[in-house]
Amino acid sequence: MKYFGLVWAGLWRKKTRTVFTMISIVIAFLLFGLLQGINQGFGTAMANLDVDRLYVSARTSMTDGMPISYLSRIRSVPGVRAVSLWAYFGGYFQDARKPIPAFATDAVELFRVYKEIKIKPEYIEAMAKTRTGVLVGEALAAQYGWKIGDRIPIGTSIWTNKSGSNTWEFDIVGTFDASAYGAGFPSFYLNWSYFDEARQFGTGETHYYIVSVQDPKQAERVSRDIDALFANSSVETRTQTEYALAQSQLKQLGDINFIANAIVGAVLFTLLFLTANTMMQSVRERTSELAVLKTLGFSDTKVLVLVLTEALLLCLFAAGLGIAVAALVFESPALQKLFGDFSMPAIVATMGAGIAVLVAFVSGFPPAWRARQLNIVDALAGR
Amino acid sequence: MTALVTLRNVTKSYVRGKQKVEVLHGVDLSIETGEFLALMGPSGSGKTTLLNLVAGLDQPTSGEVLVAGDRIDQLSRGSLSDWRARHIGFIFQFYNLLPVLTAEANVEVPLLLTSLSKSERRRRVQLALELVGLADRARHKPNELSGGQQQRVAIARAIVSDPTLLVCDEPTGDLDRQNAEEIMNLLQALNRSQNKTIVMVTHDPKAAEYASRELHLDKGRLTNDARRAA
Repeated sequence: MKYFGLVWAGLWRKKTRTVFTMISIVIAFLLFGLLQGINQGFGTAMANLDVDRLYVSARTSMTDGMPISYLSRIRSVPGVRAVSLWAYFGGYFQDARKPIPAFATDAVELFRVYKEIKIKPEYIEAMAKTRTGVLVGEALAAQYGWKIGDRIPIGTSIWTNKSGSNTWEFDIVGTFDASAYGAGFPSFYLNWSYFDEARQFGTGETHYYIVSVQDPKQAERVSRDIDALFANSSVETRTQTEYALAQSQLKQLGDINFIANAIVGAVLFTLLFLTANTMMQSVRERTSELAVLKTLGFSDTKVLVLVLTEALLLCLFAAGLGIAVAALVFESPALQKLFGDFSMPAIVATMGAGIAVLVAFVSGFPPAWRARQLNIVDALAGR
Repeated sequence: MTALVTLRNVTKSYVRGKQKVEVLHGVDLSIETGEFLALMGPSGSGKTTLLNLVAGLDQPTSGEVLVAGDRIDQLSRGSLSDWRARHIGFIFQFYNLLPVLTAEANVEVPLLLTSLSKSERRRRVQLALELVGLADRARHKPNELSGGQQQRVAIARAIVSDPTLLVCDEPTGDLDRQNAEEIMNLLQALNRSQNKTIVMVTHDPKAAEYASRELHLDKGRLTNDARRAA
């Protein structure tokens, strides 16, 4: 600790260079924190997905409709506990650029399939009794200032109702808390039966059947049985576990893990050379100063440790700053909206610290070794 | 009087390119405790090489170097570092202060190698700066001080750990006459009032006049050894 002043002062010998090097490290670790944070966040969310839920969609495309008659046939498959459905509504409120994740469903069954959703039973009852009723996620209701009893106009770019309008009016009959499933979980549900009667086309079809199985170990077999039921029909099905579905959706964005690691790897590799260059220049410029330290009695090893500590301080300080900024970014309202109640996982900070130490050692060791090997007489004589 | 420094048949040679150059040829020398020795001679005569050997910065090719009872020619690099920290105070021609540190932080550097507490280190630094008349410049960085003041800070750094021997390599070489005289007066005072043994390399005959003994080197051999009456 008593050497801290000496090391810190050495670090700021060339302020501009140190500041620019630090900014580079801060940006590199900010990027690392953000990408790895997102990566880990997806990983954690995927790991938490239920294995006892299956998603049935048309084999051709997730957006193609399947006959509603499939519902009763799927329910009859041995091992199925409950089945609900989702039909895309594609809604928006007032501004078409601000979509609302709205789906038509069978609410009673939906809350049997998604057991972690917190909702008062009376809201489910009210939904069953009110044809134009909707259940809205608490966060969405808060966002638009909606409350139970409100009648709200919801526009849709897909569906025209039988009165020829693309704006549908709904009555809010209840709210629910689906935070257990993350912020991406649909948070606006209308009655499928009302939706089906009122739309001008696509009648009798839905986009997803969501199946809850009695025993997760039977999920594979149930999937096969469901797809076998509709094999060689006009609309064949593809049944996937929730995990597989999420993965296939993520694949559409690209391999997040690979992209994150590739970018971070390239940035850190560049950083390694940048830091090594800074440290090497710093040591070259201080040859006579390091020789003076040795003259005063600092051993070779002590000088090596001083230079390494300087690199360590530079990297850890700047990396810590970068990771802290990344953590703050995750707390920002915009990202909270995107990822829900999500903080940067502690493992990312730990990984960041580990990489900073590695960068410091790899980039700091050559100049530190050079300083260690310095011959006092030659260095003082400027040779 | 006892001999603080003893050199017996010391030779030193360097390899420069493919050539072996012998800088010192069988030097015998004894320096007593409390002496102020001025080492003089033309460039290339081996003055700085001799100083480096006495200060434990370099090892002789052959011969014995005894300082404060230690055969320093037999010490390893690591042991020599510890030994220098305990026994030697250095004063260089170009001051060699660390530019990023304040005067007091520069003076404190040798004390970082001791087990002294922070408060004790501060007390000693303050005392050393007072001794060289720069207590009021403690928070200044070297580039905020004149050449003479920087050399005073360097002297404070050299004496702060109360070394056995002060070695000075051209301490007035970069100073004007007035500052040179002030520095020499200071070194003389340290020698006389604190009984500090000083070995000083100089080209300047006026600086050498402050010493109690003058030693001349020529082509690696001692040629003249004169003691001056106090």
